[in-house]
Amino acid sequence: MEPASRYRQLSCALGGTKLVGMDVQPCQETEAEASLLKALKASDERAFVELVNRYSGRLLVVARRLLNQEQDAQDALQDAFISAFRGLAAFDGNSTLATWLHRITVNAALMKLRSKRRKPEQPIEELLPKYYDDGHRQNPGPAWKTTAAQVVEKAETRELVRRCIAQLPDSYRIVLVLRDIEELDTTTVANHLGIEIGAVKTRLHRARQALRTLLDPHFRGDAS
Amino acid sequence: MTCQEFIDFLLDYDEGVLPADQRARFDEHLSVCPDCVNYLASYRATKAMGKSAFSVGSEPLPAEVPPELIQAILSAHKHAE
Repeated sequence: MEPASRYRQLSCALGGTKLVGMDVQPCQETEAEASLLKALKASDERAFVELVNRYSGRLLVVARRLLNQEQDAQDALQDAFISAFRGLAAFDGNSTLATWLHRITVNAALMKLRSKRRKPEQPIEELLPKYYDDGHRQNPGPAWKTTAAQVVEKAETRELVRRCIAQLPDSYRIVLVLRDIEELDTTTVANHLGIEIGAVKTRLHRARQALRTLLDPHFRGDAS
Repeated sequence: MTCQEFIDFLLDYDEGVLPADQRARFDEHLSVCPDCVNYLASYRATKAMGKSAFSVGSEPLPAEVPPELIQAILSAHKHAE
């Protein structure tokens, strides 16, 4: 049993005591999930309906982050649930259902990406910093006028950031999403994509720089 | 160190994986280059905005799922039984 699962059980046994430093689910949620899992393993049809209703919204968001086309995201969500239904018997409850389904959805979305015909990508170089021969950056511009925390408070700026991420070339966008948003580690991303760790780091760095370039006109100090 | 060298290796600096002597060279460059101080701040802000663009606080934003997609998923399950 994973440590998180052990601590979750211990926390519940203690009547819901919060264990310092541990990211544990609330006990009611844990018990509801255990009950749902039991019903799923017993092939209770109502449990499958509850599973889909409870998790499909947040999982569709995960698929949309990786796949720019809505139909592809919906196909990936359907593929993910089919994989989950097939894999339920082997699911041992060592992670939460949400974590398990999230992982399956990421895999389904990446499979969908691989199955699609690769279109030629826009080069990313245009979005990277330019330098003079002596190594100084060209047109550095002013500092950004707002912090990330201030920006993300507004729905319209979050939408702006999402639109800018969607503009990145796929091979860079996917790495940025998996590392910075899904928070997978570099080795896991390399394994998912079948590329070297060094290539993940290079693509991530370029993706962040390109995204910074796209956001710069909106957040720089001289913007009105 | 030039601004280009600083920015090219910024990811390693930001992740704190550089050896102490190299990190000291980055810190020294930052102490004399306001443009790179600004670039580092905006690079870190970009990273944070990417994460936050899909969440409200620590909670991810759920999507509206088309009812027909829910039905298709449940139907696929029934046919698989």
